[in-house]
Amino acid sequence: MKALEITDLTKIYKNGVQALDSISFDVREGDFFALLGPNGAGKSTTIGIISSLVTKTSGSVKIFEHDLDKELDAAKRCIGLVPQEFNFNIFETAQQVVVQQAGYYGVPRKIALERSEYYLNKLGILEKKDARVQTLSGGMKRRLMIVRALLHEPRLLILDEPTAGVDIDLRRTLWEFLGELNQKGITIILTTHYLEEAESMCRNIAIIDHGRIIENTSKKILLQKLNSEIFIFYLQKPIKATPILNGFTVNLEDETTLSVEVHKNQQLNDLFNQLTAHNIVVHSMRNKTNRLEELFVKLTSKGSI
Amino acid sequence: MNMNMNMNKCMSIWIGFYTLLRKEVTRFLRIWSQTLLPPAISVTLYFIIFGHVLGSRVGLMDGYPYLEYIVPGLVMMSIITSAYANVSSSFFSLKFQRSIDEITLSPLPTYAVLLAFVTAGVIRGLLVGSIVTVLALFFTRLNVVHPLFMLLIVVLSAMLFSLAGFLNGLFAKKFDDISIVPTFVLTPLTYLGGVFYSVNLLPDFWHKMSLLNPVLYMVSSFRFSILGVSDINVYVSTLFIIIAVATLFFVNLRLLERGYGIRT
Repeated sequence: MKALEITDLTKIYKNGVQALDSISFDVREGDFFALLGPNGAGKSTTIGIISSLVTKTSGSVKIFEHDLDKELDAAKRCIGLVPQEFNFNIFETAQQVVVQQAGYYGVPRKIALERSEYYLNKLGILEKKDARVQTLSGGMKRRLMIVRALLHEPRLLILDEPTAGVDIDLRRTLWEFLGELNQKGITIILTTHYLEEAESMCRNIAIIDHGRIIENTSKKILLQKLNSEIFIFYLQKPIKATPILNGFTVNLEDETTLSVEVHKNQQLNDLFNQLTAHNIVVHSMRNKTNRLEELFVKLTSKGSI
Repeated sequence: MNMNMNMNKCMSIWIGFYTLLRKEVTRFLRIWSQTLLPPAISVTLYFIIFGHVLGSRVGLMDGYPYLEYIVPGLVMMSIITSAYANVSSSFFSLKFQRSIDEITLSPLPTYAVLLAFVTAGVIRGLLVGSIVTVLALFFTRLNVVHPLFMLLIVVLSAMLFSLAGFLNGLFAKKFDDISIVPTFVLTPLTYLGGVFYSVNLLPDFWHKMSLLNPVLYMVSSFRFSILGVSDINVYVSTLFIIIAVATLFFVNLRLLERGYGIRT
């Protein structure tokens, strides 16, 4: 079953700005799906329309086969949204915020309280349940928004930049938690600027730019489109000059760091053989940037892949 | 099967409505020093100055001592301003903090959302009205002639001004917008709505002008329910209030369904 089916979705704001230009894409049930794009590409507008916070100009949106135009109530019950911006009543306590949200979905208060204790504990903010939202740190507020989105047990969880402004430790905790949710069968759609995370977590990816979907495929196929990768080599001993390696573009970053572009049809074995021939001993290596990021930059800057 | 589904749906809507109502009532009780105390203080001052100090010089109004005459108007003034302020400020705050999205996202029907805000406004109006009435008893005696009619008028008036406050909240784009209407519209209408005098004392032209003031109908009906005297026909005023409530309810509902002021 399709968790999300978007067909010819267009949004033109009152000021004439066209945020979406007839986009179409599907998300399968159980998928971990990334919607990527530069700022202003139309990601938040798309998410806003799916969650009925933004009115579409034309096109159709179906959530688990419930058309937003015909079965809005049923469609809304399937969705949990974690928005990009904090949107709490800051004078209420953490638990009040999440229990109320569940109440709007018809979850009885007793059950909502039990679930809130579970999820607040799961995300490490249970001790803050009676604290006013305005006293919570940015990371705590981010976690609270995730708890709020889960209390009515949605089948589709949408996260708009969920790790923005969150430190590395917490970011990893959140990704692990989202991975667990996905394992339990919850479909997850996210937008993120941390493409490294999208690369490690998501199975399918759509890239949106200037209101149009420019890629929509599996991560594996998408990454196959990369013609080359840049590797950074850390050397055991310093070298003075850039070595000439047959077929590879090499750059000496500093005396102990080399960057080498390796094309898809080239082999790292060949590269290592040449380095050995130059008496260069490699201590360690890494990708210069994550592969998805390289591809993303190339796609959205209209460069060749 | 269908009956069970309908029951579940009704229960779900009821829980949503009750959750929102509880949130709204908790809000104004939490900030009681801003919501319940000020009308109690200002009306007590009215009782002292207009009733006690000046009232004895005014003499009888429609056959009643002046303080006794103005009490119903002052109670009604407190009810409608509290109901209005509760809904307009609370709804606009939700918009301002974007926490209105919590409601917009949910499957709670628009009529349930509107009813929850209006009910909270009515509850605050009734609570403030009760406080002011108890305070009035320190200054004068009150014999309610038509208690059921009094309750009807109080609830309808509080509903009407809660709905007006909701409309204000929907249209407001900044905090100034929710203070403009109470300052420049609501207060003058209240003061000119027969709270402190009988409109029958006014020259013909101003008497006719006063009949355009909706507050007059509420004050007069409320005074009728307590004292048994009214400036205007109570059936007409009750009908006027009911029509106004129904009209504002459907206007608000339509705007809310269209997402006016809350969806882009």
